[in-house]
Amino acid sequence: MTTNTNTSRRHFIVGSSAIATGLAIGFDFSIMSEANAAMGTGTTAMAPLVSPEIGVWVVVKPNDDVVVRIVRSEMGQGTITGLAQMVAEELECDWKKVSYDYPSPAENLKRNKVWGSYSTGGSRGIRTSEQYVRKGGAAARIMLVQAAANQWNVPASECVAKNSVITHTPSGRKTTFGKVSVAASQLEVPKEVPLKDPKEWQLIGKSVNRIDGTSDKVTGKQIYAIDLKLPGMLTATIKEAPVFGSKVKSYDAAKAQSMKGVKKVVQVGDGAIAVLADTFWQAKTALDQVNIVWESSPNENVSSASIKKMLEEGLNASDTFVGNANGDVNAALASASKKIEATYFYPFLNHATLEPQTATAKWTADSCEAWVPTQDGEASLAAVIAASGLPADKCNVYKVNLGGGFGRRGAFQDYTTQAVNIAKQMPGTPVKLIWTREEDMTQGRYHPVMMCKMTAAIDDKKNITGLNMRLSGQSILSAVRPAVVAANKGKDPVVFQGLDPTGEHGITYSFPNLNIDHAMRNTHVPPGFWRGVNVNQNAVFIETFMDEMAEATGMDAVEFRRKHMKEFPRAVAVLNAVADGIGWNKPAAPGVFRGVAQMRSFGSYVAAACEISVKNGNEVKIHRIVAATDPGYIVNPAQVARQVSGSFVYGLSALFEEEITIEKGAVVQKNFDTFGSIRLSQMPPVETIVIQGGGKDWGGVGEPTIAVAAPAVLNAFYRATGKRLRTVPLKNSGIKLV
Amino acid sequence: MQLNVNGQIRNIDVEPNMPLLWAIRESLGLTGTKYGCGVAQCGACSVYLNGELVRSCSIPVSAVGSAKITTIEALSKDNSHPVQKAWIALDVPQCGYCQSGQVMAAAALLKRIPKPSDADIDSAMANVCRCGTYQKIRDGIHVASGQKKLADVLAQYDATPATRG
Repeated sequence: MTTNTNTSRRHFIVGSSAIATGLAIGFDFSIMSEANAAMGTGTTAMAPLVSPEIGVWVVVKPNDDVVVRIVRSEMGQGTITGLAQMVAEELECDWKKVSYDYPSPAENLKRNKVWGSYSTGGSRGIRTSEQYVRKGGAAARIMLVQAAANQWNVPASECVAKNSVITHTPSGRKTTFGKVSVAASQLEVPKEVPLKDPKEWQLIGKSVNRIDGTSDKVTGKQIYAIDLKLPGMLTATIKEAPVFGSKVKSYDAAKAQSMKGVKKVVQVGDGAIAVLADTFWQAKTALDQVNIVWESSPNENVSSASIKKMLEEGLNASDTFVGNANGDVNAALASASKKIEATYFYPFLNHATLEPQTATAKWTADSCEAWVPTQDGEASLAAVIAASGLPADKCNVYKVNLGGGFGRRGAFQDYTTQAVNIAKQMPGTPVKLIWTREEDMTQGRYHPVMMCKMTAAIDDKKNITGLNMRLSGQSILSAVRPAVVAANKGKDPVVFQGLDPTGEHGITYSFPNLNIDHAMRNTHVPPGFWRGVNVNQNAVFIETFMDEMAEATGMDAVEFRRKHMKEFPRAVAVLNAVADGIGWNKPAAPGVFRGVAQMRSFGSYVAAACEISVKNGNEVKIHRIVAATDPGYIVNPAQVARQVSGSFVYGLSALFEEEITIEKGAVVQKNFDTFGSIRLSQMPPVETIVIQGGGKDWGGVGEPTIAVAAPAVLNAFYRATGKRLRTVPLKNSGIKLV
Repeated sequence: MQLNVNGQIRNIDVEPNMPLLWAIRESLGLTGTKYGCGVAQCGACSVYLNGELVRSCSIPVSAVGSAKITTIEALSKDNSHPVQKAWIALDVPQCGYCQSGQVMAAAALLKRIPKPSDADIDSAMANVCRCGTYQKIRDGIHVASGQKKLADVLAQYDATPATRG
């Protein structure tokens, strides 16, 4: 395997001045270095290169370098490398010559969204763009081959492309992509673009190293949004009302304004105060001295206890939305010879990206630019347009490296809006807004709180005749996409992720009588999409209850699952893979106990099996996890393994240590001392099995596996101790991951 | 005030209670050292003071005196530290934001214990990584310390998908 230490594989295209002055894009792609991009408009002394664009996804430079357009955001999940592999596979270029750039969202708007969606969430980066990016690579190859054929005056069908070289097979004549790229760029983009049979893939499916600058990440050279420096820039920090939705009543900034380095104290919208200063530290210490009085709000009466009470009421309420049902579960329960029931709780969680929220903006009366660490450049641009009060063609967004995303920085552009609102109060000066960790912890977009009551009906032959699953808790879409909820007559369909009747989040079990419904109980705490979204809690509920039902019917947990999975062979395959991998049918070492779980989510079939031991009744050691995932197709197995292993760190942090609680309407936790995140010593080795089940639709990778770690561990804990744990996080039951 | 950073004496004009982290980032312009928590919980701000690993967010700049500060930028020339080489070869970082601190912590460990056991790694590597790169960090330390061969570790993750639709 080659190790890529080439740090020049990144380009930021199209300097802001080119956009601002409305230069036609055409073939004039001004490639500038990251450093120049970071310097912004003031110093964009770019050396414009004429680099032909072959179609919209590929630029081939005269020296054969290939630049692949990437519009999904890289936040560590490897999407840049995977997408580039797919383009390069069809392009038949030399992989060592491949680099990437991020076309700006404004340019996409201008060009009628030729690059499709910028949204990088829902594990969609690869799976929902695979068709058009592969076609983009194939179209460019066809154009390059045609250009060579035209030069040689031979039929294109006699020419082949391989490794950036085009060969006329009958004569043996050769040329390179770079030599014909200008000619190719002038050809029409073909409409019919056949794709390779997956069996012919050479590069897709290979564990090539990342192309997004690992070497810069280990030397401190990589510029994240928080590191940006622009000439004349000020730094701001902000405090928003601790009680969500409250407003600033009054504030006294006299002391803060007199402090060294402080340039201005400003109100931001209705509910926040910011200080602008020469440095962050000056801004932060000054903000601490601003005496802010918040308007009183009824939300001050909300606490975690009151929220839990509301959710408990929902467990038996009748105002529900049905997500999945078949048969007559009430009749099954009425005629059951035995019933079992269990009630669960899953808390609010914060994303806690290690880089706190940050964005930089520069506003003048006729332009607004923003440098945003974003999972969705288009959403950032929309926020900038809205906040700036300027027409769309006067606004631009530059995507900057993110220090983590996990769902915090896509749909939610509150920090971008704030940066623009602050910059508007200091026209002409670039302002970098940096949140403190405390602000980040208390102004999140939180994983929704949810309770669940599971009830099973068992007949005298020990069959499950009915399963009732009542969810009670917060809806994300009610807050974030109310139009979707309205279109569904008040129902939030996303609540049922992993439990749907069919589709990418379809349940992989069958029961003769089933009812899954949701009592929507919303709070004033703003909910958000947190890696794995609603699959996290749904997996805990159903996958631990599957074990309870297995026990109640006297069956082995894996065997019991298979009995109800007959219609889902791909789900069975991942379950079998982890059962084999963990040695399910062989005895575990003394003192070691096992658990399994499986789900379908984000279009992928996933399963996990673990081995744990428990000391003193509360110290859990996870010895190993075997995971399997079948997303249909695997672009980069090593990247998939990294995502699976990393997802378990996020998932197990939530299971054991993380919780956001509410007192007097505000978040209690302020930092990582009270919002735990597991450390290296707590992390077991993860063996990842990748399965390519094929099929028409591709599945995702970043999120699906996160949900299966927690129930697998909970099931193992029961075997170790005889205790069913149904309240997350486990720290509240005195249980530690060691 | 003077700071001895990466072998250079630099003059800065800052408030004495300013944490060393912000002096490094904002006064000296060395942004490889990261802000994650400000309360010595996450380790993203790890630097060396006279060769000792410290969390710079929680040390007032006035307490540094003439101690030699080493930041990620000066760990090696050209990524040549064995930890950096292993990290690059294994693609350890995901988002990478915590990795300056992880690399500094790992390099400090190897200086102290050239062939660390897994238990040594467990106790030394306490920095937060929200992407969850811990398994690769452990691999990276095994490779950097010469206890595992790079090719063997890579092979472990390089499974070719068994079936293809």
